[in-house]
Amino acid sequence: MHPVIKLVTQRIALGLLLLLAVSVVIFVGTEALPGDVASAILGQSATPEALANLRDSLGLNEPPLTRYLAWMGGLLTGDLGTALTNGQDIGQAIAQRMGNTLFLAVCAAAISVPLAILLGLVAARYAGRWPDKVISGITLSTISLPEFVAGYFVIYLLTQVFPVFQPVAMIFPGMTFWAKLHAVALPVIVLVLVVLAHMMRMTRAAILNVMQSAYIETAELKGLSPMAVIWRHALPNAVAPIISVVVINLAYLVVGVVVVEVVFSYNALGKYLVDHVAKRDLPVVQAVGMIFAAIYIGLNIVADVVSIVANPRLRHPK
Amino acid sequence: MDKPLLEIRNLKIEATAYPPGEPPRHVVLVEDVSVSVQKGRVLGLIGESGAGKSTIGLAAMAFGRGGVRLTGGQILLNGRDIRGADVGTLRALRGREVTYVAQSAAAAFNPAKRLMEQVIETTLLHKVMGRTEAEARAVQLFHKLGLPNPETFGQRFPHQVSGGQLQRAMTAMALCPKPELVVFDEPTTALDVTTQIEVLAAIKEAIHDTGVAALYITHDLAVVAQVADDILVLRGGRKIEYGTTDQIINAPQEAYTRALVSVRSIDHVEKPEAPPILSVAGVTARYRGTSFDVLKNVTVDLAPGQTLAVVGESGSGKSTLARVITGLLPATQGRISFAGRVLPPDLASRTRDDLRELQMIYQMADTAMNPRQTVGTIIGRPLEFYFGLKGEARRDRVQDLLDQIEMGKGYIDRYPAELSGGQKQRVCIARALAAKPKLIICDEVTSALDPLVADGILKLLLNLQAQEGVAYLFITHDLATVRAIADRIAVMYRGSVVRYGSKTDVLTPPFDDYTDLLLSSVPEMKLGWLEGVLASRRMESAGN
Repeated sequence: MHPVIKLVTQRIALGLLLLLAVSVVIFVGTEALPGDVASAILGQSATPEALANLRDSLGLNEPPLTRYLAWMGGLLTGDLGTALTNGQDIGQAIAQRMGNTLFLAVCAAAISVPLAILLGLVAARYAGRWPDKVISGITLSTISLPEFVAGYFVIYLLTQVFPVFQPVAMIFPGMTFWAKLHAVALPVIVLVLVVLAHMMRMTRAAILNVMQSAYIETAELKGLSPMAVIWRHALPNAVAPIISVVVINLAYLVVGVVVVEVVFSYNALGKYLVDHVAKRDLPVVQAVGMIFAAIYIGLNIVADVVSIVANPRLRHPK
Repeated sequence: MDKPLLEIRNLKIEATAYPPGEPPRHVVLVEDVSVSVQKGRVLGLIGESGAGKSTIGLAAMAFGRGGVRLTGGQILLNGRDIRGADVGTLRALRGREVTYVAQSAAAAFNPAKRLMEQVIETTLLHKVMGRTEAEARAVQLFHKLGLPNPETFGQRFPHQVSGGQLQRAMTAMALCPKPELVVFDEPTTALDVTTQIEVLAAIKEAIHDTGVAALYITHDLAVVAQVADDILVLRGGRKIEYGTTDQIINAPQEAYTRALVSVRSIDHVEKPEAPPILSVAGVTARYRGTSFDVLKNVTVDLAPGQTLAVVGESGSGKSTLARVITGLLPATQGRISFAGRVLPPDLASRTRDDLRELQMIYQMADTAMNPRQTVGTIIGRPLEFYFGLKGEARRDRVQDLLDQIEMGKGYIDRYPAELSGGQKQRVCIARALAAKPKLIICDEVTSALDPLVADGILKLLLNLQAQEGVAYLFITHDLATVRAIADRIAVMYRGSVVRYGSKTDVLTPPFDDYTDLLLSSVPEMKLGWLEGVLASRRMESAGN
């Protein structure tokens, strides 16, 4: 078998195994919480008989393994169960919000990834000189700001000082694409500011590392301009570390942006998760947890695969 | 006489050094060097490491590596001074008028790009010709340089071809844009001697056919004598001697040049055969997880106080033999007897005396020492480990050993970084001697050193052998070293010993095919040697 196919298959198999392990951790973790769903629903004043009845009807008296298998079976067949607090189907609720989550993440990624790599290349080109210092200084200060501070600052600046955007990012079905874009502009700006520095710094570091190689001197002695040297000879050899950091940030844009969602009242998965954690609605927490884990692991598999494919020694064996 | 293509006048090159723990220091790398190269001629730059040869070579492209600055004099290329020329002018001439062939082609090719893309890159960049034409020229050059399958060679990635092929591909890359001057920076130094001769011949023929001028940088006078018309001998960034190749080789004026020409002055008479202290019998070995034997039925003997030289090219199994004898790689078959007893195959089952009596010295003295320990600690460690020496007694013994390796007082508290390459190797020798061994395995111990320094190390090893009666298993690819030090020789090829016996027997015809190839590939310090060898090889193959 071609080594690339073998390695990729290995990574995917490992990813699935990891996901299985995560499902166990999520299940055991929620099991270990004090109290159970029945007492959470009925509250402190519930009679023991009522609790026992509810436990029976929810199947909580079954052994944990049986309940884990039932839950996994549901996950695999697309049945995520129903929310305890409002009886809604969790799958449907997640599907509605998933679109919003991805829309925000894709918008932020579409701006931040190219911008970060470009800034990283420019910083590497002028390493130690003023463009490098300006770029590093600005991106490092934006990453140092907590998201909610950056969020409120952006809201103040762009809704009060220059009133171009709405402070609340409301999206509902039927809006045009451009209306949606206009609505999410502020959270996108905040997210770009947050993820830019990490990717930029890694691009810069990876390029500078490659710039020590003898083949870079060869390229310089060919009379290539510094930017051409970086673009044609350094970047192709720095793909693997850059991709892995880009992917970590993409995963963050999907699963880690709850603060930004709350600040802008944006109705997406993170907010959904936090709302139901507060209500101790464990089936929702478990389902969203699994989805976040799957996205995180999936994106990391993508990073691994891209790194493997970017290596000519693996792609073209002797 | 025509106007020279390249004329360097009173060149001065400086840099700022940043020694660890000290304030930055200003150093002069090259001073007052003047040379000229006519169209189609080859100038050899020769000297030891640090002589400034590469620095001058790169200066011909007005390039300073790292913080190196070209601070004085003129570099006239076709009559115009390129020292201090603006960046645009320099970019236009680099890769177009002057091109560069680096020492390690393996590192100088971008691993992520196909060879053809890299070979024709400058030709396209400087718009010398179109892509189709450039590719055709590249294929033509691949052909001329004797690369396999020239039509499809360019489609490969650097990791898919051998070191010798990469070096030739790099020459093709340098010649492709039809430059006027090529700087060859030690192009054959990293190659095996049997590969070196092929690459050398290919480069020489390509230079001749294209009529390009060249700067040929090397530390090996015998190599440069084969390709250069003129030679500049450098030392410490200054000119020692400058003349035609004929004059430098046959009538050197300066003492330093004479030392370079007559290097390997050691006259070693082999000792008579004696009962062995080390006896390797039918040893076969393979690395874990592989399916082929790296050593095949190797049998050699070594007598006390004598030297067995193991010669062969990279991959022939020389170092593996050392690993098997020391127990780092247990043999799968065969037996190793040492000082009258059979050694257990693996390191873990050997006694402390087994370990003590069998010491090792490595090629890279740099990496064989802990950079954070002083010389005293490094040499003192085996004294404590094997003999329990402590405090004053240990320090006295370390000083004795330092005297033995001719380093004297004042070195005991220094760190490896404060020593020269030759001194580092001497400390490694002292460390091995500290254990009072009966056998020292020397793995390419002089290969990383300049010839004159290497000579000093070999003389030291011979003296120590006379004093201490220690036996050496001397692994090397350098036949001149073998002549200087060996009593017996084993020639290895692909894991087998193909020729074995006393030095005189092994080096006297009739030879087997491989030994003949190996011996005849070693450059000799005389003009026309390369042509002679190639002509006789052609006749032989025609005769067959």
